[in-house]
Amino acid sequence: MIDVLYFAWVRERIGLPRERIATSAVTVADLVAELSAREDRYAAAFADLAALRVALDQELSDFSAPLAGVREVAFFPPMTGG
Amino acid sequence: MRVAVQSAPFDIGHETAAFAQAAAGAGAVVTFTGIVRDLSGGLTAMEIEHYPGMTERAIRDITLQAVSRWDLIDALVIHRHGTLRAGEPIMMVATAAAHRAGAFAAADFLMDYLKSRAPFWKKEITASGAAWVAATDQDEAALSRW
Repeated sequence: MIDVLYFAWVRERIGLPRERIATSAVTVADLVAELSAREDRYAAAFADLAALRVALDQELSDFSAPLAGVREVAFFPPMTGG
Repeated sequence: MRVAVQSAPFDIGHETAAFAQAAAGAGAVVTFTGIVRDLSGGLTAMEIEHYPGMTERAIRDITLQAVSRWDLIDALVIHRHGTLRAGEPIMMVATAAAHRAGAFAAADFLMDYLKSRAPFWKKEITASGAAWVAATDQDEAALSRW
């Protein structure tokens, strides 16, 4: 089981802030493909990966990264702090 | 070094005075304060979302880098989240060093990194609706300076 978190417009588009899912995805990209195949709202949120960032266990990562041992995946748009 | 991620307002004057007083041996203290701007003239509020846990961790990592790179005596980052109004301080950075060059450079570095590497997202609420603030190419390009 893995916790998947969504922030900002990704959260709004998918319609929930987090969920716990069972997945056999090997990489982040596999997980994205799996989620996108679920429902249109996921496909819409993940339509343009260049507009998204991903963090694995609260560290910025990338879509080709492996998910082995990861407990928490977060998807969000580029950050706008400061 | 102190990192605070909070919804509560903070007092710039109080924070600056306390920071400067505690930074024993510093010859320079630089502070930067970010304020909510009303660019459209119709801003009702600015909503700031963040990623609890990662936010604190990311800011601490960035601040530790600044402390070590510019040999800072101390550093402070306060960043708010939640609903803010135009004119309210969003965040502040303070750096203390032996000389001003290090204090200025470290504050500038911290601001560039906080802007695009700390997990905050701003949403502008106006009378005509709400819109997420988009990150700019300049934000990302600014990191290459360091």
